[in-house]
Formats: sequence, structure tokens, C-alpha cells
Amino acid sequence: MGILEVKDVNKRFGGLKALTDVNLSVTENTVHAIIGPNGAGKSTLLNCLVGKLIPDTGSVMFDGHSVLGRKPFEINQMGISRVFQTPEIFGDLTVMENMMIPLFARRDGAYRLHAFRSVASEAELRERAEAMLEDVNMLDKRNMHSASMSRGDKRRLEMAMCLVQEPRLLLLDEPTAGMARADTNNTIDLLKEIKAKRDITMAIIEHDMHVVFSLADRITVLAQGTPLVEDVPENIKGHPKVQEAYLGEHA
Amino acid sequence: MFGLGKKDVTLFLIVAVMALFAPFILNPFPTDSGLAQFNAGYPDLMQRFVIFGILAIGFNILFGLTGYLSFGHAAFLGVGSYAAVWMFKLLSMNVLPAIVLSMVVSGLFAVVIGYVSLRRSGIYFSILTLAFAQMSYNLAYSVLTPVTNGETGLQITLDDPRVLGQSATADGGIPVTNLFGLEMRSFETLDIGPWAFQFSVGYYVAAVIMLISFYLAIRIFRSPFGMTLRAIRSNQNRLYYTGLNARPYTLAAFVISGMYAGLAGGLLACMDPLAGAERMQWTASGEVVLMTILGGAGTLIGPVLGAGFIKYFENIFSKINDQVVHGWVSFLPDGLEDFVVALIHPFVGKGWHLTLGLMFMLIVIFLPGGLVEGGQRIARRLRRRPAEEPAKSASTEPAE
Repeated sequence: MGILEVKDVNKRFGGLKALTDVNLSVTENTVHAIIGPNGAGKSTLLNCLVGKLIPDTGSVMFDGHSVLGRKPFEINQMGISRVFQTPEIFGDLTVMENMMIPLFARRDGAYRLHAFRSVASEAELRERAEAMLEDVNMLDKRNMHSASMSRGDKRRLEMAMCLVQEPRLLLLDEPTAGMARADTNNTIDLLKEIKAKRDITMAIIEHDMHVVFSLADRITVLAQGTPLVEDVPENIKGHPKVQEAYLGEHA
Repeated sequence: MFGLGKKDVTLFLIVAVMALFAPFILNPFPTDSGLAQFNAGYPDLMQRFVIFGILAIGFNILFGLTGYLSFGHAAFLGVGSYAAVWMFKLLSMNVLPAIVLSMVVSGLFAVVIGYVSLRRSGIYFSILTLAFAQMSYNLAYSVLTPVTNGETGLQITLDDPRVLGQSATADGGIPVTNLFGLEMRSFETLDIGPWAFQFSVGYYVAAVIMLISFYLAIRIFRSPFGMTLRAIRSNQNRLYYTGLNARPYTLAAFVISGMYAGLAGGLLACMDPLAGAERMQWTASGEVVLMTILGGAGTLIGPVLGAGFIKYFENIFSKINDQVVHGWVSFLPDGLEDFVVALIHPFVGKGWHLTLGLMFMLIVIFLPGGLVEGGQRIARRLRRRPAEEPAKSASTEPAE
């Protein structure tokens, strides 16, 4: 039984069937990649997991609880953190402040932030934030205004913001989309580092299958809204169905 | 100290000293000198400085932190005033219950307006708050006449019940507002040489309340709540995916800010116990926006400076009439004198709005961070000169 169980999920937008009978199971402490060509329904699936969309039929269970009908912040409080395609950070805040907000959210819950206790007095949370920044090699940038950083650093910061919450499941939405080759490799290295340093469950949505081969423990190939195959990376590469789905791109 | 960081303690002490010694600081010119008209150290104006300072501090908690631009804050000011005057009419002339009621009523008012208006953001939010404020103004002006006394304004009279006080004083006059017997309007004059300094009870009551408000605002700015409010302005989407619901926090900021405005309105009524609908007009809402932007939105001290700046212009600049200008340029030959006076005329006296408007434009264009940014630039320039010498103190500042 996986930590995330997607059962018979269907979603249509008017006449378009975006997802058809999607079944997916993500096991704890594995990296599970969901790949597929453009229009395969990857983003729709992800949005069903984080509370942005509600499937027409089917169920999405996280750790035995349904996430359907819950709002994004409630799903985050259940233990799912999300990294966006383009880094979403608090641009007006410093790097350190960006790190403190997820920590407050985790410790105090969605509704119970302190209005009079000083942020400066939170030594313990500050240490955790610094340790996390150290982990992603950003400690020296902690007082920087986060909007002025490079895209690669923003990606690192966003990742650190998600990881510092110690999520039970980390969702990544095309973390290398639109990146130059060098940035893509950096991101892959960062993810590998993260995976090596801690027990973590990750689900990565990715268009480019080469990105995930060295990273994923299991790969699900999605095409036209439905899973084609699910297997370990070695078996995916030469699979005839996958070749067919990606025909013209990597064939 | 007091749960504040070192920098904030310094800032607070500066404001405290300025507020407590305002009767001296604002009265730099001897009473019978020609410049005496630029003195702002009389009780009525000093009270306005601190009361509108409170209004701007509260407005800044909403606008400066969350970025939600309310264009209807005058409604809370007016509601606070009406609540306070009703307290004077029904309960007693003590200002304490009046202040408490004005905060409670404006807080409730803010919950309702905020709950509806915060469903939208940006320009739509501003328009919604503006619509609410105009509705309140028109209600106060005509429909709710039994409560607000319409265009005459709500005043205290000799036949008010005042169950805990007296309807009329022993000699048949209307009692005055007081704090446990200390009359708001009473003042002492201290003569030192040619100077006359006035210390009014009303001013000091308002100043102490302003300092408390300022202290609370610092605490809010430095708290996780305040940081989250800035995060709301920055990226609401990220906030929702970080496990926080932006809605209740924004509403809390709106209500706090509305209560600050209600407090300011209540204090205005304490100093002069009448309340009129014009206090709720949209120009009054616009004024607090100007104060905050002029001083520096999102900074702690900015709104207070902005409030002082605008109130000074309104009360001092508007008093410079053609005669005064003639006095200044009397050394010029006659024809030239008239010409110069005609030139200056549109900018002073009744034309003070023109000067204020020009100053506002200059500040917004050249100092988008308001007066505070101007101060920072000057400080940086002054510091750079000694810093060019080897003194290179690479102090690691703690992140906030």
C-alpha cells in the first residue's frame, strides 16, 4: 500500500477527456516519476493531487485520507509540499524570511500564527532554516532579497522551502522545464543530493524522460490521459509502447 | 527590551521623545517674531498630528504589509467619532469608555466590510471599500439622521442623559470631555523668554495612545503574522501551497487597521465632541492614502511622518495669505512686488492643495519610498564619506 493511492480517476473538460481511469501508487521513500508527451494529462493529474482540481470520479488517498475537496493549504498541512514549474517564492522577502514562513506554517498550523511574538526570538526555527539552507548551499545568501536572485537559486530556495517542512510527499512539477542544459543538470544533481541525504518520497512530473532516468526508482508513462506502463527505469527505456508514445521526439 | 530588537527600540524612543517634547520642538520661533505663524506647537494642531498619525499607522498595517489599498478608511474614522459622541451623550464625559466603544464599533464594521471586500483584490478591492465608505457617508448624511443627526452633525446637548455623569454642570453649561476629571481642553502655558509653550492634557492623552499604537504596530510588523502579511502581498499562491490560508490573516489585518481608524475617530471626538458625516467623505479616505505613501508605505515611521507633513501643510501653509507674502517681499520695487505676490498666490493660502499636490508628485516620482527613503538616502550619503576610509566593518546582520 503506497502513501499516495490514486484510484480510477477520471477528469474531463467539456468534450476533452483529460484523464481516463488513472491508477497510481507511490510507495514511501521512493522517487516516482510520471512522464509523458505534451498533452498527456500530467499537469491535470498533479492538480488533482494538490486540491486545485477535483476529479469527476475516482479517489485520491494520501496516507489513508482522501484529499478530494480539500483546499491546497489543507493538503499541504497533511504533508504534501509542491514545487512549481516556474519557482514560486516570496519575492519581496529575504531568503531567510522565505524559509521561516513554511516553518511557522508547519509548527503553528494554518490559522494560528503569533501576532506579537517576535520572529527574531524563534532561535530554534532559525537554526532549522539555516541548516536547510546549508544543505542546498545557500547559507551565504540568507539575507539576500529573494527576487533579485538567479532562476537557479530561486529553484533551490523553493526546494529548500518545501523540504524544511519535512513533507511526507514532495511533488515536483516539471522542475527543469525551460531550463538551459547546465541548469537542468544542476537541478538533477540537487535532487540526487536531496535524495541521498534523507528519506524522502518524491513524485516528479516531467516531460523530458532523460531527466528522470538517473533519478527515479519507478516511472509511470502517461499518454492521452491514461497510464501506459509502470516499471523501473531500465525497463521503460526500450519499452515498445513508450517508444510509440514518444514517437518523433526521442524514437 | 519590551520584546523589540535594538533598532526598533531606538526608533520607538525617538518617536517617544519627539511626541513628548513636541510642544518645544514644534515651537521654534518666539511668539512675537514674524516666523511665529510657522509654529505648530499649539494643542489643536499637535492633537491632529498624533491622531492622524494613529490613523496612518493603522492604515499602513493593511496597505504597507498586505498591499491591499483600502479607499474607504474614512468610514471607520467617522464610525469611531459617532460611537464616541454617543458614549458622551449616554454614559459620561469620560473619554475612556468612548474610546473603547469607538474601537469596538469600528472593529465590527470592519469585519463586515472586510469580509465582503476581501473577496476581491487589487483595484476591485479598492473600489469595493470606496463604495462602502460612500454608502456609509450617504447613510450618515441623510438616511440615518436619528443616529447621526444628518448634516448638522452629532453634538452633545444639555438634555443628554449621561447616566454615569451629569447632564449639565452646576452653572448650567455643557460638561467637557475628561479623563477621570482631567479636562481634555485644559492646558498650561510655560513662558521662557520670548517663547510660550503650551502643554495640553488632550495632546498628551492622544500622544500616549499614539505611542501605544505605534508600539503594537512594531510588534505586529516583527511577528510571524506580520511577515505572513508581507508574504500575502508577495505571492498568495505560494502561501496557499505552504499551508497557510491567506483569507483570515488578511481579514485580521483589515480589522486591526479599521480599529486603529476607529480609535483615531474616537480621539478626534474626545478632543472636540462632535461628529459629522463629512469626516467619512472619500477625500478623507484619500488623505490617509496620501499620508502613508508620502511618508513611506510599509515602513514603521513613514506614516507618522506623512501624517505630520500633510497636517502641517493643511494648517500652516493654508494660513499664508497675500498680506503675509507682501510682507516677505516688501523690499522689492512696487510693480515687481505685486508680480511676485501674484506668482506665489496660487500656491499659498487657499491654494495650499496645489503645493501639496506638487510635493506629492515630486516625492512619488523621485522618492518612491516616501520621506523615509529620502532620509535613508541622506544618511547613506553622510555615512559614505567616513566609510571611504579603511573602516570596513563587515558586520553580519541577523536576518529578520
